Amino acid sequence: MENLNPQTEKFVEVQIKRQEREGAEIHWETFRMKWRPNLNVIALLQDLQVSPITADGKGTTPPAWEAACLEEVCGTCSMVINGRPRQACTALVDQLEQPIRLEPFSKFPVIRDLITDRSRMFEHLKQVKAWVSIDGTYELGAGPRYSQTLALSRYKMSECMTCGCCLEACPNYGPQSPFIGPQAINQVRLFNAHPSGAMDAPERLQSMMAPGGITDCGDAQNCVKACPKNIPLTESIAAVSRETTLHAIKNFFG
Amino acid sequence: MAKAHRLIVVGGGLAGLMTTIRACESGMEVDLFSVVPVKRSHSVCAQGGINGAVNTKGEGDSPWEHFDDTVYGGDFLANQPPCKKMCEAAPGIIYLMDRLGVPFNRTPEGLLDFRRFGGTKHHRTAFAGASTGQQLLYALDEQVRRFEVEGKVRKFETWEYLGFIQDAEGICRGIVGTNIVTMEVRAFRGSAVALGTGGPGMVFGKSTNSIINTGAAAASAYLQGVKYANGEFIQVHPTAIPGEDKLRLMSESARGEGGRVWVPRNGKPYYFLEEMYPAYGNLVPRDIATRAIHKVVYDMGLGVNGQAVVYLDLSHIPQETLRKKLGAILDIYEKFMGDDPTQVPMKVFPAVHYSMGGLWVDYDQMTNVPGLFAVGEADYSIHGANRLGANSLLSCIYAGMVAGPAMAKWSKGLKTHEEDVASPVFEDAVKWHHLRVDHIKKMDGPENPFLMGRELGEWMTRNVTVTRYNDKLQATDVKLQEFQDRWHKIGIKDRGGWANQSIHYTRQLYSMIHLARVITIGALKRNESRGAHYKPDFPDRNDSEFMKTTIALYKAPKSLTSSLPFGMGKDQGEPQFSYDPIDVSLVKPRARKYDVDKEAGPGTSGTGSSVSK
Repeated sequence: MENLNPQTEKFVEVQIKRQEREGAEIHWETFRMKWRPNLNVIALLQDLQVSPITADGKGTTPPAWEAACLEEVCGTCSMVINGRPRQACTALVDQLEQPIRLEPFSKFPVIRDLITDRSRMFEHLKQVKAWVSIDGTYELGAGPRYSQTLALSRYKMSECMTCGCCLEACPNYGPQSPFIGPQAINQVRLFNAHPSGAMDAPERLQSMMAPGGITDCGDAQNCVKACPKNIPLTESIAAVSRETTLHAIKNFFG
Repeated sequence: MAKAHRLIVVGGGLAGLMTTIRACESGMEVDLFSVVPVKRSHSVCAQGGINGAVNTKGEGDSPWEHFDDTVYGGDFLANQPPCKKMCEAAPGIIYLMDRLGVPFNRTPEGLLDFRRFGGTKHHRTAFAGASTGQQLLYALDEQVRRFEVEGKVRKFETWEYLGFIQDAEGICRGIVGTNIVTMEVRAFRGSAVALGTGGPGMVFGKSTNSIINTGAAAASAYLQGVKYANGEFIQVHPTAIPGEDKLRLMSESARGEGGRVWVPRNGKPYYFLEEMYPAYGNLVPRDIATRAIHKVVYDMGLGVNGQAVVYLDLSHIPQETLRKKLGAILDIYEKFMGDDPTQVPMKVFPAVHYSMGGLWVDYDQMTNVPGLFAVGEADYSIHGANRLGANSLLSCIYAGMVAGPAMAKWSKGLKTHEEDVASPVFEDAVKWHHLRVDHIKKMDGPENPFLMGRELGEWMTRNVTVTRYNDKLQATDVKLQEFQDRWHKIGIKDRGGWANQSIHYTRQLYSMIHLARVITIGALKRNESRGAHYKPDFPDRNDSEFMKTTIALYKAPKSLTSSLPFGMGKDQGEPQFSYDPIDVSLVKPRARKYDVDKEAGPGTSGTGSSVSK
């Protein structure tokens, strides 16, 4: 009830980087929005859909953004918030410094405003054969037995939602670079660690020796700090690096 | 040699992806459409697990027992034969998902571990931490990517379904889609089409659903003449975290692992589910738990601190167990609420979660439009009046396993190949949708579509969810008709031709309002209480009148010809209702109770007992 008095009403200042499409003129718009408890960045963007009016009272188009689950499991609502790549759904307003600055990822083409085209990430998954090659989906009985310890370590790696935060944070990844990035390298480890997935391990490691592979990692270690799911990306990179070296030695001795 | 057929699958959740995989294995090629990259589909939100009577705990579980729990939990509204087949297929489906690399939790022997879920006494739920849906979806996404590399699948991501296309004989021959970025509208030919487009959570505004779950695709199919079945059966999940932007699911697995629900009463914890339902306790089915929470909060005035929340308490369970089995949901709670659920009880409240109803399908997943199929939450087939927890992932995968081969068989039986169908039907369909987009783009009234969407959600949540009264349902339908009128007075602030979300949403909202009427009028007409549908004025189940499938068929207004797009005439069509008998030939319907142990099911095929006598 403390906020009924307009003099004590709290506001949130939000600055959003606007761009009609890739290559178009870029400008910033500032919005002054009513504060409520438990706001996240998504709730602010929802309010702007209803009422897209800038801080100086001018009407504008609702900023374009994308989101789906709002529970940080789908990887859709990636953007740069106050300079940090993260998911907008878990960005709680009361934990953010103001003005809150929202920008699209810089390592991918802008579709519109806060939406970028991250389809390249899914191409990386093809390059590393991020799957188990099964014979077919017909019934073939139980899968391979393995330990709970392995299941837990694979689960952690498998929580990667292809959000792209690690790539946005990585100094070696970008439109001009062939580097495949930490997310795909982590998938190599994930599938090589599965008893039947391991049968394709040589091919996955071969892909790691190609241009843009494991040696393009500059060991900045930004990825592991940026990952919203705390996936041990640097451990994955180190493990795949070791495996790739062994694979190369094996290749050498035929 | 016969030309290969190309199928169309709309929706890249579990159901759509499994349809795609099975179709490829049946020798078909597939065009796969999705508004988001398929890996971001709503299936990722499923947390607790997937059911299958693998019986590894020495409890004497069986597919028959699973089947009996499912139809009993669904309060005898589902046709039983497909339900039974699904439960029989379940152990094989879980083994398949394990072979695909899903990191299921395991026992000390390295076998799959199973946990308990609502509405059963057995450990029947396989799980990967507490993000099982995400892990299952990824496994199928990976296999589809493999087929994509092999050239069998073409993906059309960021494409939204607008409508299906019928030839002169009424056979479905393809779809019209729009690229939500470039706004291109285009027809696609296919020998058969499957809609796996999910549930309609956004019709209720805030729900546990992803915000892409508008229900608009299924609703548009209904507007084109597909039967919509059991629309009034909407599951409200008992435990979600209230939020400003959405209501976040707090998995039933929290109770499956021993979580207890309580409110303070006279200074002591009142474990109301355990007291009201001693046989099942905290693991009663969702409709039962939701109503109990409403009773405790609204009728007894016992909400925590006078607010509409109750406690879901895990703090008595060892932290290490919680981290291994429920890590993902503990993280969600902590990130959004700032409290550690291993230390303090979580604050939760019921939220709209799942639609048991959906597009009517036969036992091959085909709708009443020949060549048009529906799968997953978008179809109505399995869950009756209430879905049991951890049966949704199963039903999605099972539907795909049925639909893929059925679509292949259908395609091979076609007299005319989809490429040889005369082109005007495709061109006309594209013209129709172009006209519609142009119309929406020019809308210049005072109404804001996003605000109207919020208002729609508030009305539906208030009057058409947990407790339903006929006068309120009637008032809601009047309101919905008002929304139909007001829709025409929307003003579009953004008239751009690129990634225009206002236009997309306005188009979806039209279909959502129509679907809301199907749900509301369906509830109004069903004067009984069954599963998730509860009317205090009609508190009992009435099998003689209502053990029937509700069928809503859209009747277009006379003044609208089929050449004029939706929303371009001022008058509105209405749903017409009819009721189909259901097949209860396997388990004889009996009273559903959870305060005592379930009576033993018949054990073997029961005597035939049809409702339609």
